[in-house]
Amino acid sequence: MRETRRRAVALALFAVVMALLPLFVSTYVVSVLIVVLFAAYFGQAWNIVTGFAGQLSLGHALYVGLGAYASAVLFVRFGLPPWLGMIAGMAIAALVGSLIAALSFRFSVTGVYFALLTIAFNEFTRILFDHFGWVGATSGLFLPVANRIRDDLLMLRGSPLMFYYCLLALSLGALGLSHFLLRRRIGYYWQAIREDQEAAEALGIDVFRYKVAAMALSAAMTAVGGAFLAFYDNNLYPDTVFAIGRSVEIITAPIIGGLGTLFGPILGAFVLTTLGEAMTQVSSGFAIDGLKQWCYGAALLLIVALQPAGLWPWLERRLGLAAGRR
Amino acid sequence: MLYLNIIVAGLLTGAVYGLMALGLSVIFGVIRVVNFAHGEMMVLAMYAAYVANRKTGIDPLLFLPAATLLLFLLGYALQRGLINRYIARPDHEQFLLLLAIGTIITASLLMGFGPDARNVQLQYAYDSYEIAGVLLDKVRVLAAAGALIGVAALTLFFRFTRTGKAIRACADNQVGAQVVGLDVKRLYAITFGLGAACVGAAGSLLLLLIDVQPYIAPDYTLLGFIIVILGGLGSMSGALLGGLLVGVSEALSGFIIEPSFKSALSFALLILVLLVRPQGLLGRGA
Repeated sequence: MRETRRRAVALALFAVVMALLPLFVSTYVVSVLIVVLFAAYFGQAWNIVTGFAGQLSLGHALYVGLGAYASAVLFVRFGLPPWLGMIAGMAIAALVGSLIAALSFRFSVTGVYFALLTIAFNEFTRILFDHFGWVGATSGLFLPVANRIRDDLLMLRGSPLMFYYCLLALSLGALGLSHFLLRRRIGYYWQAIREDQEAAEALGIDVFRYKVAAMALSAAMTAVGGAFLAFYDNNLYPDTVFAIGRSVEIITAPIIGGLGTLFGPILGAFVLTTLGEAMTQVSSGFAIDGLKQWCYGAALLLIVALQPAGLWPWLERRLGLAAGRR
Repeated sequence: MLYLNIIVAGLLTGAVYGLMALGLSVIFGVIRVVNFAHGEMMVLAMYAAYVANRKTGIDPLLFLPAATLLLFLLGYALQRGLINRYIARPDHEQFLLLLAIGTIITASLLMGFGPDARNVQLQYAYDSYEIAGVLLDKVRVLAAAGALIGVAALTLFFRFTRTGKAIRACADNQVGAQVVGLDVKRLYAITFGLGAACVGAAGSLLLLLIDVQPYIAPDYTLLGFIIVILGGLGSMSGALLGGLLVGVSEALSGFIIEPSFKSALSFALLILVLLVRPQGLLGRGA
């Protein structure tokens, strides 16, 4: 019981600090924090299908791209507010996600094969969008740049600060949703499937249905982040939005932070983004190509060697926040 | 006739792809680790061959044995020192480990050579043979011949040598192999070394055909995945068949549809095979 209260206090403290932080730091730091929050949110969304339900998806940039393109195209072509486009993006991503999951799991494509199949769909869609003239193909899709005098929350046109608070809300929302789901029937089913699918099946859990549900939810959540990404970046190219590198980025933060944990994706996003920024700062003084990536790779190696289960479980114990089980 | 030319060129390139993918397939088939740093290791071999060519003028074909040995040693050391500790860990941890290794390789190459594309100048680069009206580029023929020799050598090794048989025993039943006294750790290290040696050879051969640049690595990792899944992960002849298939499909789609579409067709093939026959064309039942 004591841990539960301490965890609640720690979470409230985190939320308050994050909410007040932009008042005290420079715009540069805010822009870095936005990158952190994007990484955290995408990681949280991915964590549902891989961390909770145990299905390794290596192609989540697909859903980022679907969300981004759906909302951006509806905005640019028809002037629809991004919130509507976001719903469309969620629906499309959920549909595509469940289709991929249903196809794979129906044909019992699991484990590594499933992971490679998600990469294949990701890459295939990227190349399709490269040739999809109506949304700009390789030359990209551009959103009219905002007039920054007043933040327009309805049209998502405004200052970085507005995006910061949107993303903070999104990330805290995802945290709440994950917490809620893990303590519901569906969350326990997911964990049972993750730990031992055959045992779960033997207990009468409709494994197929719950795995597809995890993928659909994860894809839809990812698409919401994609919509914000489109309106924050104001430009979309298939080769960057759908990049397989983005899929890899999405999954490194939660793995580093602690796969399947509630706070792992957020912690991982902080660690990796800060690390990346620090490397950029340091290596810019040397002007050596690749130094940044080298240090980044070495840091990944170090973390996976020392804390293969992720940083959050370790930090949680250190802070005395670890509950009996998770 | 034009189509025949294109198909033959695709087959020849595909043989090199097959050798590269064979490494991936062997590693997965025995150790059950997906080598996400496969393309990076091949690019490393390409740079080794490039440097050797630059410094001494040696033909990448003649440098091939050295590159093969180099990559074997690298693979052996990596498996012994690092990867071995992760073989029983969850997929995502192995993924992160190999991602880190791949990142470090690419970054090291970037530090050493910069992002520019490099190639080797060969005197016979534009020679070709003509057989019954079909034009064969000399470089492609040599590369394909080298690849087929590599595949044959590895197949013979697994079939006839004691170590090769022991490795196959490990792949079939790891516990059983331990029970009869095989040094599984060492055999795994040799296997990873052999897998890496395949990309050492394939990299030297591919340098005859394409320019090398640090960032092409992930494309070749993906290509390797496509091929081994087409052929069947863990199946040796499947890797070669998959390589030939992808080589031809790339060549044809680049010509008929559009060059930028060539990998889309490969991915479409992959999706189709995964859904219809997930164990691959020549793979054993799952």
